[in-house]
Amino acid sequence: MEPIIELRKVQKSFGQERVLRSLDLSIPKDSVSVIIGRSGGGKSVLMKHIIGLMRPDQGQVLIEGQDISRLNERNIAPIRRKFGMLFQESALFDSMTVEDNVAFPLLEHSRKNRREIRDIVETKLASVGLKNMGHKMPAELSGGMRKRVGLARALALDPKIVLFDEPTSGLDPVMAAIINELIVRTQSEFRATCVVISHDIPAAMSTGHRLFMLFEGRIIAEGTPGEIQDWDDPVVQQFIHGRAEGPIA
Amino acid sequence: MMTNLVAALGRAVLTLLRESGRMMLLLLEALSWLVRPPWRWRLFFKQMEFIGVNSLFVVALTSLFTGMVLALQTYYAFRMFSAETLVGATVALSMTRELGPVITALMVTGRAGSAIAAEIGTMRVTEQVDALTVMAINPVQYLVLPRVVAGIIMLPLLTAVSDFIGVVGGYLVGVKLLGIHGGLFMNKIYEYVEFSDIYDGLVKAACFGLILTLVGAYKGFYTRGGAEGVGRATTQSVVLSSVLILTSDYVLTALMM
Repeated sequence: MEPIIELRKVQKSFGQERVLRSLDLSIPKDSVSVIIGRSGGGKSVLMKHIIGLMRPDQGQVLIEGQDISRLNERNIAPIRRKFGMLFQESALFDSMTVEDNVAFPLLEHSRKNRREIRDIVETKLASVGLKNMGHKMPAELSGGMRKRVGLARALALDPKIVLFDEPTSGLDPVMAAIINELIVRTQSEFRATCVVISHDIPAAMSTGHRLFMLFEGRIIAEGTPGEIQDWDDPVVQQFIHGRAEGPIA
Repeated sequence: MMTNLVAALGRAVLTLLRESGRMMLLLLEALSWLVRPPWRWRLFFKQMEFIGVNSLFVVALTSLFTGMVLALQTYYAFRMFSAETLVGATVALSMTRELGPVITALMVTGRAGSAIAAEIGTMRVTEQVDALTVMAINPVQYLVLPRVVAGIIMLPLLTAVSDFIGVVGGYLVGVKLLGIHGGLFMNKIYEYVEFSDIYDGLVKAACFGLILTLVGAYKGFYTRGGAEGVGRATTQSVVLSSVLILTSDYVLTALMM
């Protein structure tokens, strides 16, 4: 399948710590790709490179064939409009209502009038199961609801690529299942490419079309959930089965 | 021992240079957005209300008492050589040239500068600043520019109010309480206070407005480390703004002499 996101020989260090080491990654279009790996293992850094929040020390980050690693802020802005992102803590704007949060990207980047924007906001909120919640403030919502509002906001401009940063962390199992279902629906209904970073292995296995395992700054395994299950590497096996003993210290 | 001292001094100088450089770059980036659309009028007016209108009461109150205590102190000093009628001019000159701008700036620093650092700092640690960037909205243009411009515009206006209320305070104490002749009190003000005294004070106020909003925005923008980081950024912004306001006050006054 044609890649929509490609990372070539990406290196990133913070001081003496090398977080990404000549990392290669190819995310296929119209799929759910899940990047798994240990907490603090560079998954968020990797995602920030994909959306241009961080620049690699070396290597290339290609979005639909265009290298964004050397683009300035002005030139990267049109590329970012292809993305929607659900942040780990939702990153809703505290000072705005739910409705205003979802309407925000539309007000900024579309030429739609207020009425059209209101209709889109209602549709997006309904699609994440939050009808009639538009008037609430983010502080009044539970963690799961905040995530869903964050997803509605990420989907407001019908992006080609949706990034999910630890979408189920801190949620109860039922809410986590709802969010996972929304990820799958986002891909199938909106024809978006979804990239999820997670250390929730059961969720990754059930939602992902393709899994990538990040370890020590490199992708050490890549394949379908079935292929990853059978991957012949003790590191991968220890991680996916959550064993305390093994090569991962 | 000596080597350690030199090393510590060197580190402090390097930190100072690095911080100043980053703050200047932030200012330049913000100002570069002045001439580029979109112009966010709503955010400008909101910040003008927050920094200016909402600070009015505290500025008026402190200015009133500053004018009052100034009149009280100068009255007893001037009485020794029978120059009580100069109390009005002294209060007016002190307020317009010095105390109006400085007191206003320090009050706004405590009220709005700290809030700017806390608000932007919280947005930084909760990834709201990243969310803006991801939505292709420049966070410097969205968060920093409206606050800096509002500070530059509103501080002179607040200072004008402070000058006036300070003189009113001086009048109340000097004329109503201590019995200085009202006509003479006012006459000396007209005689000694020149337009340049007021103007220079307002120019200083605009500079202080830039300092306190820029420092608040800078400390907030580069906050690291969760709630503790936000608290640290807020405290640092108040201390640094206050120090910069008082030191730049001397430099500006010397330049205006």
